Formats: sequence, C-alpha cells, structure tokens
Amino acid sequence: MIDQYGSQQQARRQAREQAARLQTKRGRVKVLSRTDLQTGKYQRLLVLTTAAVLAAGSLLYVGQSRAASTGVHLESPRIDQGNDKSLQRGAQAFVNYCMGCHTADYQRYSRFAQDAGLSEEDVSNNLIFTTDEAGERTKVGSLMVNNMTSEYGKQAFGVAPPNLALTARSRGVDWIYTYLKSYYVDPSIATTGVNNLVYPGTAMPHVLWDLQGLQTPIYGEEVHGARPITGLELTQEGSMSPDEYDDLIADITNFMAYMSDPIKETRHRVGMYVMLFLFLLLGVAYILKKEYWKDVV
Amino acid sequence: MSANVDKQGGGVLGWIDERFPLTKMLEEHITKYYAPKNFNFWYYFGSLALLVLIIQIVTGIFLTMNYKPDGSLAFTSVEYIMRDVNFGWLIRYMHSTGASMFFVVIYLHMFRALLYGSYKKPRELLWVFGMLIYVALMAEAFMGYLLPWGQMSYWGAQVIISLFGAIPFGIGDALTIWLKGDYIVSDATLNRFFALHVIAVPLVLVFLVAAHILALHEVGSNNPDGIEIKKNKNAEGIPKDGIPFHPYYTVKDFLGAVVFLIVFFAIVFFAPEMGGYFLEHANFVPADPLKTPEHIAPVWYFTPFYAILRAVPDKLGGVIAMGGAIFVLFLLPWIDRNPVRSIRYRSSTYKILLFTFAIAFVILGYMGMQTPTPVGTLISRICAGIYFGYFIALFFISRNEKNKPVPERVTS
Repeated sequence: MIDQYGSQQQARRQAREQAARLQTKRGRVKVLSRTDLQTGKYQRLLVLTTAAVLAAGSLLYVGQSRAASTGVHLESPRIDQGNDKSLQRGAQAFVNYCMGCHTADYQRYSRFAQDAGLSEEDVSNNLIFTTDEAGERTKVGSLMVNNMTSEYGKQAFGVAPPNLALTARSRGVDWIYTYLKSYYVDPSIATTGVNNLVYPGTAMPHVLWDLQGLQTPIYGEEVHGARPITGLELTQEGSMSPDEYDDLIADITNFMAYMSDPIKETRHRVGMYVMLFLFLLLGVAYILKKEYWKDVV
Repeated sequence: MSANVDKQGGGVLGWIDERFPLTKMLEEHITKYYAPKNFNFWYYFGSLALLVLIIQIVTGIFLTMNYKPDGSLAFTSVEYIMRDVNFGWLIRYMHSTGASMFFVVIYLHMFRALLYGSYKKPRELLWVFGMLIYVALMAEAFMGYLLPWGQMSYWGAQVIISLFGAIPFGIGDALTIWLKGDYIVSDATLNRFFALHVIAVPLVLVFLVAAHILALHEVGSNNPDGIEIKKNKNAEGIPKDGIPFHPYYTVKDFLGAVVFLIVFFAIVFFAPEMGGYFLEHANFVPADPLKTPEHIAPVWYFTPFYAILRAVPDKLGGVIAMGGAIFVLFLLPWIDRNPVRSIRYRSSTYKILLFTFAIAFVILGYMGMQTPTPVGTLISRICAGIYFGYFIALFFISRNEKNKPVPERVTS
C-alpha cells in the first residue's frame, strides 16, 4: 500500500519535471522554480488556516452571543429536557401559577403527556384547569389555551400577558430563570408593588411571592446622583427555602424550554443516526473517489 | 459525430435519441465535458450550490403544503409545521439552514472566482450570470424571511423596504407603498412576498442557473492555475489536462457533497438556530406592528451591505453606496485588466489587496449585526472605504502588474 502510494508520488513528480523540461525547451515560458510551487502551497495553507480560524472564532462567538441587554448578569439554571420528573413539576407549577393569565397555545397537552412519560388521563386530571366554549373541561388533545381574554388582560395589566410557549427561544432560558428570581419590593410601582431587575417596570405581579417570600434591594454607593441596586436580600420568608425555590423555578424554566422546542430530544437522537450514516457514506465516497482518481496523474 | 453513431443504437435510448438529443446532451455536459484535472478545495462550491438549490426547492414545496400566507395565521402555521406536521420540524429547519448555507456556499464560490480570476475573458458573461443569480438569491432570501411573520421578519422587511423611500422626486414614497401594497408592511405585503418567493423568483433562479451552466460549458472551466486547458489538446481533440466530468468530478463532488451534508445536518439537528445567526431569537415573537424591537438586524448574509449602508451618514447616499457595492461586482471583469488570471502568478500587491478586501468584507458583516456605536461606525467606514478602494486600486494596478511566469500546463 505504502509502496504503491510512494511510486505514485514519484510518477507524479517525474511528470511534473518532464513538463517543466519541455517548457524550457520551447523557451516560451520560464521553468517554474521549486519555490514558486511552494508559495502556492503556503497560500493554500494560509487561506485554509484563515478560514478555519474564522470558522472557529465565529463558533465560539455563537456560544455566548446573547448578552443581556439590561446589563444584569443572567444566571444559568441546571436543566435537562430529558428529565421527565423535572418537566412534570415544571408543568404543574406552570398550569397553576402562569396559565391563569398566560397562554401557551402552540403546545398540546397530549403531546406533553407523550413526551414527559404521562398518560393522557393523568394530564387531563391533574394539569387541565380550563374549560372550552361549551363549559366542559378542555380536551387533552387541544392546545394549552387559558380562559382569560386578551382584552381582559389588557385591562387588568395594561398589556395582554404574552403567549409563553416560545419565550425560552426568544428570551433564552437564563433570562426566564433570572427573571423569576429577581423580583423585589418597590413601593413606587403602584399597581403591583414589585419591580424586577431583569425586566424593570414589568407589568407582571410577583405571582410566586408566597413561595419565595419578598426581597428588598441593597443599594451601593451613589454614582451620578443615583444609587444602583447591587443585590437583593430576602426580608420576608416564603413557604419555600431559597434552595427549594431555585429548584422550582429551574423546573418551570425547564418546562418552558421543553415547550419552546418539544422536538429537541428526538431531534438529537435522530441526528446521531443521520451523522453515523453520513460518516459511513463519507468512507464509501472517499474510497470511490480514490479508486476513480488512481489513473489521474 | 459520436452522437450519430449512438443514434443508430437500438432500444429505448435509440428510440429517444432519434426524437430528443438525450445522449448528445449527456455527453456535452457530463460524460464528455472535459474539466481541468487540478481543481482544488475551492471548486466544490459550484456543485454544492446546486445541491442547496435542490434542497431549498424540495423542502420549500413541502413547507408550502402547510404554510398559510395570512397575517393572522402565518406565525401559527409555522409553529404548526414545527410541532404537528410529521417531520415538519426537519423540513423547516432544512429550509432555514439551507437559506444560510446557500449564502455560505455562494460567498465561497464567488471568492474562488476572485482568487483564480474566473471572471476574466472569455468568462465575463458567466460571471455576470452568476452575479444575477446572487442578486436573485438575495431577493429570494429577503422575501422568504418575511414569511414566518416574526418580529424580525416584519421589522427587517419594514426597514429594507423603507430604503426605497430614499429615492428623491416623490418616487421613493410612492414606490414603497407600491411594493408593500399598503402603508405599512401588512397582510397584503405578506401575500405578494409569498407569491414572489414560491414561484416568481425561483423560476428566475432556475433559469439563470441553467444559463450559468450553459455559459460555463461553452467556455470551459477555469482552474487554480488560471490557464486555458483547451490550448493543449491531444490528437483526438481532448485537452491534455482535462478529464471527463463524469466519472471523475461526479465522484469527487459526491465526496464534497457528503462532507457538506455532514456540516449541514449537524446544524439542522444540533444547532438549528446557530446561536441566533440562522434563526434570530426575536423572530420567535409574532410580528407586532405596534412594537418595534430594540435592535433590528438583518440576517448575517446581508450585514456586510447593511454596514456599508449605515456607514454613510446620508440616507440616499447610504442606499446608493449599498447598491453600488453590489453593482461594482458586475463590472469586475472590466475593472481587473491583468490578463493573468490566477492569484498564484500575480503580484504580491494583488495578493495583499485581495486579502485586505476579504477581511474588510468579513468585518463589515460583523459590524452590520451590531448596534451602531461611534467606534463601530468608524470601523465600518474604514472597511467600506477598503471595499470600494479594492476596485479602484485594482483598476490601476492590474494594468502594469509584475506577474510571475505562467506555466503552459496545469501544475500538481
């Protein structure tokens, strides 16, 4: 094998040298010196390296592309879309605390049952609290709609509560997680009495306050006539400890991440098989090319 | 000649050949099309562009079966495709990834032409057809991006269409209303963009691609050495440095296609949003004419030109600069007056120029994605200057360049 390859190389070199000799004889063109050939090689190397560096750089950049526009450091929850228990707890909290006002009507209940390892009866009995037009319990095959009209929402909050099915994709999971952690008491907000570090002036009340308790801001040194908030401090305890609360909102975030992209787990699994197939095909294609190109000198 | 012999052949093929030039066409374009044997890495992107075009057309047909071009249904119908249609997610992600990958491939394909002077005589028309494909592709991508009807779709279209408003003498405003079919981007706009995206522009694209390939096969492929292989033919009239496209380049391009598909499907299956570059985050919020997003950026493949637009302080001036940046590429065959094609045998001045140009283009692309800052604008202006400076400098240096000796036959 090595021998064959070596002889091929040699044949090629000979052919090249012969071509160069022929050229000198005709005297039309100067012989290519060795260095000329090598600069071509270096050029290609340079181009390829530049391309590789650019590609690697952009990939690295992609990883940390979504900087927080508010300037608040966003915390990353440790979540796993494959964790059914976490998804179930998240769904339970979501339908209880969020769906009073928000909808998620791209997601179907039955699809969640299927993806989180629950029966349709379980989901129907434990997660559906809304009714359809006929006044009956919403069917398990329907989308996750709620009973609040957007007109009413607008009246109550000033803005209609948004559909949450895709929030994990538009804002990111870190944003949701940190948002749910960053409520603090702010008497200047007349409607809800609370404000949020991640989304200042949010119209949403702190619906989880009885679980988390209430936080008050810690102010830092005065800068430019205002004292920035440097941290939050729990001043009234809720029914959960801070750790329990963090777990709960991580589960909610996990459920919202699932809801925004329910196919993710399947996609990754199918993707592995497709990659495996393509790499096998790559081997075949490579051998085929080598075989056909044997006689091209 | 050989076609005549084949015509006498019997069977189904013979029957067809008497009525339709099937064998003749296959020979002319595939089995007896002689391509230079020294194609390198850069020569994969032509066939890959064709592959992506096919992916886009096929996935597009299936998307159309479930998509609803209606302002109140479009966004929901895309989510329906992603969740309820069997393998709808795969079709949609292939189409959205394909859009970006089309530009990746096309940009590399065009850069190849710059490296090896593939636009020079006699390939000027081939280059012009290619540029027309590029412009049609930009139109296709722009109109396709409105269809998911997300916030970025909506506001991106709003911004780009409003650029036409810069045209003076009262034409601009009338033109933008005519384009939108309304005073704002609305259901009417969505409907006409759908019509143009699914039938009008694809037809133009396919026609132009056919013209591009016919022109290529008329003049023959260039190669990394930039020399005419047709000048050295053997007794049978076959170029000595040429090899038939089939089977040599079909197997080689097949290998390239598999490598491409590995990258393509890695994105489709594991990172379809590509960190917000292929699918922008804000586009997962339905279009809302009353709420402008805090930061409107076009998709990455338009950002170099968007950065040039923003680099000019005057709106009309910016639009002219942006249009000029694309138009000047059409003139490249006549701007570059050096008869030597390949960068391998051109002066170091040219090499430095070309790489500076390429780097400036990439930086412009980055700048076009960022919110404008004074420093960013300055960098954009410098790079825009380099972009246009490249063509001006090329026009002057290319006439008296110190070229290296060009070989008679292809190397390696």
